Amino acid sequence: MIAYVLRRILSAIPVMLFVAFFVFALLSFAPGDPAALLAGENATPDDIARIRANLGLDQPFFTRFFHWIWHVLHGDLGTSLFTGQTVGHMIAQRLAPTFSLMVLTMIVSVVIAIPAGAWAAWWHNRWNDRLVMLWAVLSFSIPSFVVGYILAWIFGLKLRWLPVQGYVPFDQGLWASVQTLILPAFALGSVYVGLITRFTRSTLIETLSQDYVRTARAKGVSNRRILFRHALKNAAVPIVTVVGSGVALLISGTVVTETVFAIPGLGRLTVDAILRRDYPVIQGVILLFSFLYVLVNLAVDLLYTVFDPRIKY
Amino acid sequence: MTSAFFHFLRRYPTVAVGGLLMLLLVLTAIFAPWLGTQDPTQIAPLYRTRPPSAQFWFGTDLLGRDVYSRVLYGTRVSLTVGFSVAVLSTAIGAVIGVIAGFVRWLDVVIMRIMDGFMSIPTILLAIALIALWHESMRTVILAITIVEIPRVVRLVRGVVLSLREQAFVEAAVTAGASPWRIMVRHIFPNTVAALIVQGTYILGVSILAEASLSFIGAGVPPITPSWGNIMAEGRALWQIRPHLIAFPAAFLSVTILAVNMLGDGLRDALDPRMSKED
Repeated sequence: MIAYVLRRILSAIPVMLFVAFFVFALLSFAPGDPAALLAGENATPDDIARIRANLGLDQPFFTRFFHWIWHVLHGDLGTSLFTGQTVGHMIAQRLAPTFSLMVLTMIVSVVIAIPAGAWAAWWHNRWNDRLVMLWAVLSFSIPSFVVGYILAWIFGLKLRWLPVQGYVPFDQGLWASVQTLILPAFALGSVYVGLITRFTRSTLIETLSQDYVRTARAKGVSNRRILFRHALKNAAVPIVTVVGSGVALLISGTVVTETVFAIPGLGRLTVDAILRRDYPVIQGVILLFSFLYVLVNLAVDLLYTVFDPRIKY
Repeated sequence: MTSAFFHFLRRYPTVAVGGLLMLLLVLTAIFAPWLGTQDPTQIAPLYRTRPPSAQFWFGTDLLGRDVYSRVLYGTRVSLTVGFSVAVLSTAIGAVIGVIAGFVRWLDVVIMRIMDGFMSIPTILLAIALIALWHESMRTVILAITIVEIPRVVRLVRGVVLSLREQAFVEAAVTAGASPWRIMVRHIFPNTVAALIVQGTYILGVSILAEASLSFIGAGVPPITPSWGNIMAEGRALWQIRPHLIAFPAAFLSVTILAVNMLGDGLRDALDPRMSKED
C-alpha cells in the first residue's frame, strides 16, 4: 500500500514538471518586455537593461527555468507586474472564497446527484427515470453561467430570498457568508450534477442486473438494503472516479461563476490577470489549479481501496 | 436510401430532434443577413437599452445596437468556432492517436505530454494560450483545438490498442502488409464511429468554451457579435434589462442541448460499445 502511494506520487511528478515547463515557456514567449513594463514610461535603455539583469532575464532559457522552478519549490511564485505584490500573497488573499465555493458545490452536488441517479436506476425505464434523465440532460446542457443568471434573477431579484451578487467573508458571519455562496454553488454545480446523476444511474442499472442482486432478492433482502448495502457499495468506485475527475469542470467553471456573481476569488484574479496580461499571476494560478487537480486525482485513486477492499496495491 | 434514412431517424429520435435543431441553427447562420436583421455593429445612441418591441424584437444594447441582429450573427461565430475545432481536433488527434497506439516507443512520450496537457483545466489552458497570442477568432479556435486534442488522442489510442490484438490485424501482418497499410486501411476505418461521436461532443464543448471565454473577456474581439460578448456587455445592466442576457443565453443553451442530443443519439446508433446509458 505505502509502496503504491509512493509510486503514485512519483508518477505525478513528471506531469507537474510538464505543466511547470509549459507555464514557464508561456511567460518567456509572451509578447511584451516585463523589464520595460516594470521600468515605466520614463526609463532609459540603461534602466531597462539593469532591471532585466536584476530579474535574471538576460540568462539563457533553461537557466532561467531551473532558477524559477527552484523558487517555486520554495513557495516563491514571483511578483505581479501590475500590483507589485507577490503572486503568493495575491493567491492567498483570494483562496478562501474560491475554496469554500468549490467545497460547497461538491457537497450540494453529490447530495443531490447520487440519490437522484439511484432513484432513476431503481425505477429504470419508468416515468420517474425519464423525468430524472430529462432534468440531467438539461442541467448538463445549460451553461453554468446561464444557470447562474436564471437563479440570481428568480431567487435574488424576484423572490429576494438570497443576495443577488457579491461575497461576504467568513469572519463577518458564517451564515451571511454561506448565503452569498448558495446560488453560485448551485450554478457552478449544475453541469457537475448532471454528469454525476447520469453516471450514477447507468452504473447502478448495471449493478442492479448482477446475479448477486438477484440472489439477495430471492432470499428476501429488503429493497432498501439491496440498494444501499449491495448495489451502491459496489457501484462506488466508478462513481467516486467521476466525482473526482469532475473537479476539472468545477475549476474551469469557477472562473466564469465568480464573474457572474462578482465573487473576489481566484477565478476573478485569473480573469483580471489575463485582461492586464499579468503573466506571473497567470502562471501562478494555472500552476496552483493544475496541482490541485493532480492532487484530487491522487486522492481518488487512493479512495478506491476504501470502497473496494479487493483492490490491493 | 431515403426510406432507410427516415427509418434511422425514427429509431433514434434524439438524433432527429438534435439534428433538426442544428440544421435550423446552420441555416440561421448562413441566412443571417436576410432574416430581418440590420448591421449588428451599427451604433444608435438614441435607442440605447430599449426593451424588446415590434421594432427591436430582442431589444437594443448599451450602444443602441439591435440585439436580435447581434444574436443571429452570433450564430455564425459560435458555429464557425465549433465546427472548426471539431474538425481540426479530431483530425489531428486521430493521427497522433493512431501513431501512439501503433508505435510502441512513441506511446509513452506522447501519452505523458497528453497527460500534462489534460491536467491543466480546459478554460485555464485556453486562457493561457490566448493571452500569449493576438486576440482574434483564429486564436480562439487554435487554443480550444489544442485543449481538445489530448482527449481525442486518448480515445483513439485506446481503440487502436484493442484493435491491434484483433485477428484481422494479425492476419494482415501475416499476409505481409506494411505497418503503414495496416494503420491506414485496417486500423483507422475502425476508429471512425468513435471519432464522429467524439467530434459531436467537441462541437458542443467548443461552442461553450468560446462563449465562456468571450464572456470573461478573453475570447473573440469585443467588436465581434458573439453570444459570449453580447452577454459580457449586458453584465452591467442585466438586473434592470434582463433581455441583454436572456436572448443570447437562450440561443447558447438550445445549441448545446441540440449538440448533446445529437451526440447521445449518434453514440447509441454508431457505437454501442461506448454507450453507458441504456
